[in-house]
Amino acid sequence: MRRKIPDKEIQACALFGVMDRSGRRFGGDIAITAIKNMKVRGNGLGGGFAVYGIYPEYKNYYALHIMFQNASREAKAEVEDFLQDNFDVVNAEEIPTNPEANVIDPPLFWRYFVAPQKKGEEKKLSDDDYVVKKVMYINTCIEDAFVFSSGKDMGVFKGVGFPEDIADFFMLDELYKGYIWTAHSRFPTNTPGWWGGAHPFCILDWTVVHNGEISSYGTNRRFLEMYGYYCTLFTDTEVIAYAVDLLMRRQRLPIEIVAEIFASPMWDQVDHMDEKKKNLCMALRMVYAPLLINGPFTIVVAHHGEMFGLTDRIRLRPITAGEKGDLLFVSSEEAAIRAVCEPDRVWTPHGGEPVIGRLNSREGELNEV
Amino acid sequence: MLPVVFRDAFLEGVRKIDELIEHASIEGDVAKIDASRLNHKEVNDLMRECVLKGAKKLILKNVCGQRYIGTRLHLPEGKKVEIEIYGTPGNDLGAFLDGHRIVLHGNAQDGVGNTMNDGEIVVEGRAGDVVAMAMRGGKIFIRDDVGYRTAIHMKQYMDKIPVLVVGGTSQDFLGEYMAGGMVILLGLTLEKLKHRAYYIGTGMHGGVIYLRGEVEKYQLGKEVGVVDMEEEDWKTLEKHVGEFSSYFGYDADEILAEKFMKLLPLTKRPYGRIYTY
Repeated sequence: MRRKIPDKEIQACALFGVMDRSGRRFGGDIAITAIKNMKVRGNGLGGGFAVYGIYPEYKNYYALHIMFQNASREAKAEVEDFLQDNFDVVNAEEIPTNPEANVIDPPLFWRYFVAPQKKGEEKKLSDDDYVVKKVMYINTCIEDAFVFSSGKDMGVFKGVGFPEDIADFFMLDELYKGYIWTAHSRFPTNTPGWWGGAHPFCILDWTVVHNGEISSYGTNRRFLEMYGYYCTLFTDTEVIAYAVDLLMRRQRLPIEIVAEIFASPMWDQVDHMDEKKKNLCMALRMVYAPLLINGPFTIVVAHHGEMFGLTDRIRLRPITAGEKGDLLFVSSEEAAIRAVCEPDRVWTPHGGEPVIGRLNSREGELNEV
Repeated sequence: MLPVVFRDAFLEGVRKIDELIEHASIEGDVAKIDASRLNHKEVNDLMRECVLKGAKKLILKNVCGQRYIGTRLHLPEGKKVEIEIYGTPGNDLGAFLDGHRIVLHGNAQDGVGNTMNDGEIVVEGRAGDVVAMAMRGGKIFIRDDVGYRTAIHMKQYMDKIPVLVVGGTSQDFLGEYMAGGMVILLGLTLEKLKHRAYYIGTGMHGGVIYLRGEVEKYQLGKEVGVVDMEEEDWKTLEKHVGEFSSYFGYDADEILAEKFMKLLPLTKRPYGRIYTY
């Protein structure tokens, strides 16, 4: 049975992302301090973080973070049966939380480190595709259960509250170190503030934080449904997470091309491009028109080895990028970057042009601080 | 059911003025404020208090993201003060500014001089989007580049003619829906003096844009045209570029030796026929 899924949701917010391009893992202090500096951009109805490189001891297993609304035991039992049937579960534990934290009515949070256990026809699927399919099953068919993080060696932590309260609730600064941190402070305008609706949105190790509202949500959602992605989290940003998974993981397109799809240039600008670029832009518009993201947006997207920021083509939401040594910053406001360091340089890209951070060294070289 | 929790984020924990005063020190008519522990309302409360206590100059240190700095300093007797800022102020620096002078030693964010009425803002750095939005009087000088929609719906009335001088270049939609006033874009940060901005003057129906360097015709909005520079225009530029140069250490004659384009709206009512026949 399929749960009822709402039609359209929109919202607006503060974003921050920091990546150490040398792969050095660091604590939550930078991201928490920076997002707190932009407190006026949120309203306490959603905060969250995505952190990469946090589970080195389980780095070959998918880390499923699952929230159970109303601490539902039925949902938990049903999810655990489902996981036993479809995965090898190598570890299951409640996600540590701080009972003193300033949050109200949190759901129950568990994490499961799993390896796919494919059977029959499903053996044809890649591990990643298999995990996407199972995550979609839980999110669409098991009442009160939401998988809100499903990548390897990374995790999303999010909920209702200001970001610093959510960080305190999950004890991020004490417990985790990562080489990419993205953060979000939410100001939901048209949709409920609820734990699953906070950012980041995640599928596999792809995460998205977003400021804006996606007026093409309906078109984007229907297109993604054809590829097996179902939007269940009552908010528009979810489509971007699935769109980057489709375009960047499954279709192996680089961000430079994805930026042209999400924020394709205006036709009168295309008219003045050289022939090669013009043909590319027109081809992308023909093939990927349903993934054009319309309406104002700034997003920060991350997956292992890469983080990027992007705005809509006429920049209706702000972005500032900064650098200090190996650190790359993407932020809604420059002051948030300056709240955590004196950057070597800051700049603001044109609308639709991504700011990209990539890991210089590969995973084997990741170092602890 | 989805749990919904409402909170007041904006004025949370704002302290009373007698608790804030320790963050300021007033000597003669100069007040120094350490903004590091103050939120945006507290900074503005404290600035106002210092001015009421007799300060004519305010020096703000450690500013980091506080918004609306200088906004609530309207004084009935018309007293004007100078505000010097170190750090990175938040959005809407000098919004509704009414005659005061702000000098920022650093970069500004979005909305500098939003609906400013009079006075002067000098930014020794770059600024974000919507600089001089709906500005209706006074002057703004930005040393480096500015973002999108600079001078959107800037306006003028009688002798109130706002002036914005940008030393660098602008991103798209410069002078969008501009209804009056003057924008001077100098391109000093460009290597080849070719501006990248698209949609310059889209919907513009008043005022003037002077642009040093070049843009292609297709970078302009449909509502503006390029006209020849006249004697009067150069005189105007000499005045404002001279002032700009004195603030940031440039040679005005060198700047004025380049070619300028003058952009004027083609009509005062570009959309007059959109909704009627």
